[in-house]
Amino acid sequence: MTTRAVETWTLEPLVKFVKEAGSRLVLVMTSAGQVLAQHGFSRAVDVMSAAALGAAIMASTDEMARQLHQPPFAALNHQGERHGIFLAGLATARGRLVALVVYDLDVSSLGLVQLFFEQLAADLQAASPKDSVPKQVLAADFERQLSDSLNTLFGR
Amino acid sequence: MTAASAGYGKALDLITRVRGVRGAMLVSAEDGIVVAEQLMEGIKGPAVSALAASLATRLRRAMEAAGVGASLFWHLQAEQGALLVVPTPGGGGTLVVAVAEPDVNVGLVRLELLRAAEVVA
Repeated sequence: MTTRAVETWTLEPLVKFVKEAGSRLVLVMTSAGQVLAQHGFSRAVDVMSAAALGAAIMASTDEMARQLHQPPFAALNHQGERHGIFLAGLATARGRLVALVVYDLDVSSLGLVQLFFEQLAADLQAASPKDSVPKQVLAADFERQLSDSLNTLFGR
Repeated sequence: MTAASAGYGKALDLITRVRGVRGAMLVSAEDGIVVAEQLMEGIKGPAVSALAASLATRLRRAMEAAGVGASLFWHLQAEQGALLVVPTPGGGGTLVVAVAEPDVNVGLVRLELLRAAEVVA
């Protein structure tokens, strides 16, 4: 399974997290769904779908929290028969990021993913470039930037 | 507090009363989450819980592969302490975990862990 990053500072923390948490698939993305790094995906279309769905879930839960006059929910876990999905936000100098983690229940567990996610959040916070301003993705550039990102994520 | 959670607290209380025990926890074996805990300061409950549950899964597979049945008690001795674990009987999916000093009376802790496992099951 390969781990690749569009923004290289995310790579080392992600590789460490995947190894320790035993996760099967991971996406690190902005809250708008722009993917910064991925592990385990083999098709670009899956990355696009997962990023869009993950960002949409985060947006929905953020809005629910706002309507309840609560701070945003820290994390969301959905456990199926064989796999679990863990979705959580984390703060970095690059802005708020979202991590989507899919783990096999016979290899990992929610406890392990939660435990090592805390470390991932701290590592990404420490590694994020302090002086960078998050790039705005304009509609006109969106398709080209998406295509560039997917090419990087799949080593094309 | 529900009757069940009060019972869990009492069970953990009996374990932590043993001299040399630094903390006790009930852990969900499936997901590694803390169900109840009584720990001294400095013990990272969620970390111990997640890692002990992960170890329990691997040990269960090793026991099955070896054809010796389900594990009943394990004691991991380290330089500065010990981890003692009893899974609840009947495959209830809960682990009773104690973190102890290196010179703890292992027999007594095991007895209290087994009692707590009965209560939880």
